[in-house]
This record gives sequence, C-alpha cells and structure tokens, in this order.
Amino acid sequence: MKKIGHAILLLLLTVNISSCDTKKTDKLATMAYRCPMKCEGDKTFDQPGNCAICKMELIPVDTKIPETDGISDLSIYNLPSVWTTQNNTEIELKQLKGDVIVMVMIYTSCRAACPRLVADMRGIEAQIPQAQKDDVKLVLVSIDPETDTPERLKEFALENEMESDQWILLRGSEGDTREFAAVLAVNYKKISPMDFSHSNIISVFDQKGELAHQQEGLGVNNKDTVSKILELAR
Amino acid sequence: MTYVLKIVFVLMCTSVVHTTGAQENMARLRGGSYMPLYGTDSMEVTIADFLLDVYPVSNKAYRSFVKERPEWRKSKVKRLFADGRYLVDWESDLSYGNELPAKAPVTNVSWFAAKKYCECQGKRLPTIDEWEYAAMADENTADARKNGTYNQKILDWYEAPRSLGKEVGTNLKNYWGIYDLHGLVWEWTLDFNSVLISGESRKDVDKDSNLFCGSAALGASDLMNYAAFMRYAFRGSMRANYAIKNLGFRCAKDAPKI
Repeated sequence: MKKIGHAILLLLLTVNISSCDTKKTDKLATMAYRCPMKCEGDKTFDQPGNCAICKMELIPVDTKIPETDGISDLSIYNLPSVWTTQNNTEIELKQLKGDVIVMVMIYTSCRAACPRLVADMRGIEAQIPQAQKDDVKLVLVSIDPETDTPERLKEFALENEMESDQWILLRGSEGDTREFAAVLAVNYKKISPMDFSHSNIISVFDQKGELAHQQEGLGVNNKDTVSKILELAR
Repeated sequence: MTYVLKIVFVLMCTSVVHTTGAQENMARLRGGSYMPLYGTDSMEVTIADFLLDVYPVSNKAYRSFVKERPEWRKSKVKRLFADGRYLVDWESDLSYGNELPAKAPVTNVSWFAAKKYCECQGKRLPTIDEWEYAAMADENTADARKNGTYNQKILDWYEAPRSLGKEVGTNLKNYWGIYDLHGLVWEWTLDFNSVLISGESRKDVDKDSNLFCGSAALGASDLMNYAAFMRYAFRGSMRANYAIKNLGFRCAKDAPKI
C-alpha cells in the first residue's frame, strides 16, 4: 500500500513537472532534456519524459553549452516557427541564414495591391546581377495560410515566373503568421472570406537575419532597396 | 499509512488546483454579435463564449513567470522580442523593487512577452474583438457604448495625468465581473497588428493610400465611440517588441463547452 502511495506521489509529481510552469529544482543540474522538435523553443526540463505538445521523447542536452548558433539578438532566426514551401517541404527560417533575404507578405487570391507588390519584387530581382543572384533569396509569405496551400503557392509561383530556386513561397500556422507579421511590422486583417487588408512592405534582411531595410508603399522607387541588397550581397 | 494517504490526498488537491488553476480568476463571457469600430468598413463580428482574466497580470505574477523562464528576464531577453524599455523599472531580473507594488499591473512588457506568458498558463491573449466586447460593458449592462457617462468616464481616464502604480482590482467591476479594463493600463491584444492605420494618420488625406491594400484601413467616420477610436489608433501604432509604461495585458481562453 505504501508502495502504491509512493507511486501515486511520483505520478503526481511528474504530472506537475511536465506542465509549462515547471518548478525548477535548486540543484545545479548539468543535464537537461529538451524536445527534439523544439515545440517549446529551447526550453529544457530537468527530468526525462515526453514533450507535452508533440509527445516525443525528450532528448538530453548539455545545459553548459548555450544553443545560440551565433544568432544575434535582433535576428529573425530567433523565431522557432516551421514553414511549408511551395515544394511542400518544411523549413525553419534559420535555414535561410547566410543569404540576403528580400521578403514580402501577400496572399495569392489578392486582386488589388499584391500583383503590384509581386511586380515590385520581380523588379527588384531583375536588378540583381547574375553574379550575386546566388546570395539573394526572394521570399513571399502568405497571410492567408488557409487558402494558400503549398499547391496553390506552387501554381502562383508558376503563374508569376518565380520558378528559380531564388524564390521561396511560404505558409505557416495562423499564429506563426501573425507573429512573423508582428516582427516585420506588417499589419493585416481579414475583411471577408476572400480578402485581406494589409500593409505593403518589402523588407530586406542581411545574412544574419537582421532587418537592414524596409520599403513601404506600392510602386515606390526601389533604388534604395536594390542598392542595399547589392551592398549586402557583396 | 494514513499519513501517506494524507499526503497523497493533499497532493491530489494541489494537483487539481494546478490543472484548473487556469480558470481561477477568470470570468466567463457569453458570446454574441456586435458592431465594432472599423470606420466605414463596419460589419458585425460574432464572438464565441470565452474566458477572460478578471485582473490584468500583476508584477508579482510576472515575476513567477520570469523565474521559470530565464530567457524572459530583462538581462536575457532578445531585442527582437522586447526593446530596451522591457521591465525598465524593475530593480533587477527577479525583483521589481520597492517602488512598484506587487499587485500593480506589470507594464513595460512587449507583445511577445505577454503572448508567451499567457501560453505558459495554457491561455492566450484576447483578440481585439474579444477585448472590445468585454470592455463595452459598464457595471450593469453588457453594451454601454451608447451611455454618455460610460464614454465620459473612459475619456476622463485618458485625460487623467497618471494612474500608474495603482493596484489591480481598484477600478470598476463590470457586468461580466471583470476589473480594470478601463482606468488602469492599456492592454495588449493578440491581433493588435490587424489595425490598419499609418503612423501619421493626420496626413492620410488620401483614403486610397498606397500604404495599405484593401479597404479596411481605419477611417475616422464614426466617432460615436471616440475612446475606442483612440484604442485602435494606439494599437495601430504599436510594434510587437515595444515595451511601454502604460501598457500591460491579461490573458483569455476559449470557453469550455458546457
């Protein structure tokens, strides 16, 4: 009976530990456990177990070595979100690290400003010399992940002649999209099942993922944007 | 033997409190439809039943959070997620000092921080529509927006020099049993960045401004609720890593089906 009591006790304790508000013990633990999928970012637990979100078994990590990967404070590569591309592959933003990124948020069923924004993006692409093209990626992030499936993004890429590897079209969860827009200072709102209002902003990120330049508005002179890209992609 | 059982019993209780703790100090709001302030593009929104924290998150509660999540301490937080004003008045990482009351609402927190705090409680930030829905109530009615004294009270607060340092729960308890939606601090919402208004709205004479695509850009056509207009304008000028002195937050949750 006593054993059962202990078992229940232990069970209750583990239940408490696996919730988000983990009570850290005062012990100086050298080992910690983290979800392999990083469901809760870099959060670690001091006991082995399963991730509360994806249920995968936690993997041991050495807490002595912080997992910074040299990502700076202001880098968008701090965002842990996972996105799906037009080729239906999953990527984390930090896989883009090392390239200059030109980014815009659109939705494919948009009839108003988006075609012009897309034209602006292509206008920028056209001004990048061949030699530097490999160092620059042009990224379109959907603000309508419900409609913009990978297949839809693929079609959109074909229609708009964005077939080269330079072009990446992304969709993510609603929450991650809202968060990403918050980082870019892009505001958007669904105004009907088919339509969104959104800010028209093209952002340029350097190789470390820090915001280097933003161009706001439609059909604006993109001279500054292009020269910033060329300066970075050198 | 009975001793062990007693311990088990006590632990079970705390565990129950622990799991239902998310609903503690939350009020349930009956959903409904209402016309929010969207300038000329007004349309009714429908809100499902939801739970909302009765009080804004206090300094003390926020300290427990940063204790458990070192990455949100003011010396550790990444600038992408919170600017240099983050918890600026706190004495140190884990102390808000003697100047700030434990029960005062935590302010100088960014949207990212507020969002993460709520997620860690098994909650989320309220949407703008939910927040405005809860906030249009006065003591006796769910929608007091046509009531002149209701509007005047809020505007009086907006004009008052400062209400900082006041403790949560000192302002009016509204129809839903929720305190401090007005009169204490402004609050973050989940989709604050769905307000389309440019920084210099006074300059935007041209309604078809090229800065925004679509027609939901906020127009000042309906000033029945001037106080709400100020809130939308404020939200529209925010960025997610801003930490501002008069801006706090509270959490919400989808209501469980009864």
